Amino acid sequence: MAMFADPFELLVRLQQALDSSRTSDWLDAGPSAGGSFPAINAFRKGEDYVLIAELPGVDRADLDIQVKGNTIRLAGKKAPNYPEKAGLHRRERPFGRFDRAVTLPIEVDGDKVQANYQDGVLALLLPRAERDKPRRIPLS
Amino acid sequence: MSGAQELAPREKKEVTGREEKTVPGRHYMPATDIFETEEALMVIMEIPGVHKNDVNVSLDNNVLSVEGRINLTKYEGMEPVYTEYGVGNYSRSFTVSDRIDRDRITAEVTGGVLTLTLPKMKEAQPRRIPIG
Repeated sequence: MAMFADPFELLVRLQQALDSSRTSDWLDAGPSAGGSFPAINAFRKGEDYVLIAELPGVDRADLDIQVKGNTIRLAGKKAPNYPEKAGLHRRERPFGRFDRAVTLPIEVDGDKVQANYQDGVLALLLPRAERDKPRRIPLS
Repeated sequence: MSGAQELAPREKKEVTGREEKTVPGRHYMPATDIFETEEALMVIMEIPGVHKNDVNVSLDNNVLSVEGRINLTKYEGMEPVYTEYGVGNYSRSFTVSDRIDRDRITAEVTGGVLTLTLPKMKEAQPRRIPIG
């Protein structure tokens, strides 16, 4: 449980931390990149990584998540179900197909990946593969 | 609009209003689609990360205001290493015309999408005047 004097401090500190990570060149477009939607925030949780993307209004059946080695692929489509005879006044929501692959600096244990899609937010917990973890070398 | 269109992520638009907020933290304007059917005006807003209990929709005079507070528990204990978008609460307001029947406005939130149905006023039924 986080203890903060100010209950809103958590939000402000999170926003500041997110801002300062913007200039990181970590996830530069690698050979596996394909498009840049959805926007992803990557976090470290101990040895593991967590990827969070905002995908409101996507049907679970339309979401395709694949993991191999150190690459994560998010693909799918966002389709509106607006009625035919509607008069459109404003259109800001993005719709269409997306297919994005990102390469992480760690190898991911595919069997232990957890994907959680709630309230339009996709959170992927990506545990580091055991054999990818560094080994302590004892002194003889 | 074909399904093959390439989706590009957009920067979230921050709310900068005349009044300052008493609550710290940035607010963003949710992407909104507005369309009109024969019976109602539909306002669809994307508010990912907001649970339906944390959405506040209110109508004051002619202004319909939407506020959504995000749930931050999933971010505890994690350190950001790379970010492409900001995270914050949502807020947006619209003026509503007199043609909307305020008493029948309904709101529904699923999967991070808020759907507001603003039914149009039923036209006054023609009346028959009985001859006394």
